[in-house]
Amino acid sequence: MEEKEFKEVLIPTTLYKKIEEKIKGTEFSSVSSYVTKILREVLSKEDEKKEVFSKEDEEKVKERLKALGYID
Amino acid sequence: MIPPHGGKLVDRVLSGKERENALLKAKELFKIKINLELIRDIENIAKGVFSPLEGFLCKEDFNSVLNHMRLSNDLPWTIPIVFDVPMEIANKLKEGQEIALVNSKEEPVAILHLEEKYTYDKEEYARKVFQTTDVKHPGVAKIKAMNDVLLGGKIDLIKQTPSPFERYNLSPLETRVLFKEKGWKTIVGFQTRNTPHIGHEYVQKTALTFTDGIFVNPVIGKKKKGDFKDEVILKAYEELIKNYYLKERAVMSILQTEMRYAGPREAIFHAIVRKNFGCTHFIIGRDHAGVGNFYPPYAAQDIFSEFPDLGIVPLFFKSFFYCKKCNSVENEKTCPHPPSEHINFSGTKIRELIIKGETPPPELMRPEVAKIIMSYENPFVE
Ligand SMILES: [Zn+2]
Repeated sequence: MEEKEFKEVLIPTTLYKKIEEKIKGTEFSSVSSYVTKILREVLSKEDEKKEVFSKEDEEKVKERLKALGYID
Repeated sequence: MIPPHGGKLVDRVLSGKERENALLKAKELFKIKINLELIRDIENIAKGVFSPLEGFLCKEDFNSVLNHMRLSNDLPWTIPIVFDVPMEIANKLKEGQEIALVNSKEEPVAILHLEEKYTYDKEEYARKVFQTTDVKHPGVAKIKAMNDVLLGGKIDLIKQTPSPFERYNLSPLETRVLFKEKGWKTIVGFQTRNTPHIGHEYVQKTALTFTDGIFVNPVIGKKKKGDFKDEVILKAYEELIKNYYLKERAVMSILQTEMRYAGPREAIFHAIVRKNFGCTHFIIGRDHAGVGNFYPPYAAQDIFSEFPDLGIVPLFFKSFFYCKKCNSVENEKTCPHPPSEHINFSGTKIRELIIKGETPPPELMRPEVAKIIMSYENPFVE
């Protein structure tokens, strides 16, 4: 994609060659695009499992959900 | 439970003392009048529907969204959420200033903390988001009509504007508590701007077979002429759910935002919004959020391969049809017979029948749903 800014990252030649081999005939056009995809995937897994509301919020919300008929 | 996009559910709804202070302050601030579509998007920001956005995009994020389909912090984001004003107004404003955004009755709705004002290239905006600069595309036409300056900055919501469908107006916090209360771990979101035909029902029930619950989430708001009216869509789904779904497996609530008709980019945006509501899965059918022939039929599915970090799982569907040979509802992965044996659930065909005053047959639409639609003198947007 146009206008993208890039930085260089160094990886071992052996790993580079392994990836090059792996992506032959796949949707990936380069080792870089493969590495980018994998890194994004891994990093996005890190902030899972956090509770986003407090017990207090929960009770307040339940009242409205009851009033609207969503829960009994 | 699935984390909101960016890890935190945004909450910029003022209450109590903070709200009273903001109301007082708003009286003294520079005022800009805004329309209902913008009010809805401010509410979406404030209630976390658009998490992680806390306001309107500043220039760096705007450019990053156009060029990379990501915010400047690399988080996927495909549709610019922006606030445009005429140059004469922008000239009166200083960066760092607070502005009162008021409704048509001059009541303050929100405070904008102006971080940045900037100009933009409309052609580029249209070409990148809609992949066309053809003004026959409703999104392009809208950009052409926009004002010349964009205001970026966080917002605080002072006044909530009641929805005509308040009973179905749940925030991400509310849907998340609801899903927890129902004991659902996996929830599939379904986007719609249509009344349901049998094909839609099959898609939903197929997805529901592998998840704990379905979240039917119609888009309510400005649509194009000829689309079904919001009220008709909701009433039609009420009938479908009441008669053909288990109460403990289906929830409906609305998403108040306008359709952008941005096809693939809007599919990603729609998925992010449903992730914020707490969905773990999201259905993408044929030509999702498309209009006319602007996008290839499955472009809105292909685009997901560029977003391994989206955090919600897309479920891709081909269209369902009725096969006379199979004597059942099938799709091209399940039925070996030629197209001559198939009856398509065409929205266009159903629309034509309704306009002629003919009730769509039960092979195409549930009788209860058809009956509701036919009870309206004109079920379409004029
Ligand atoms: Zn068949």
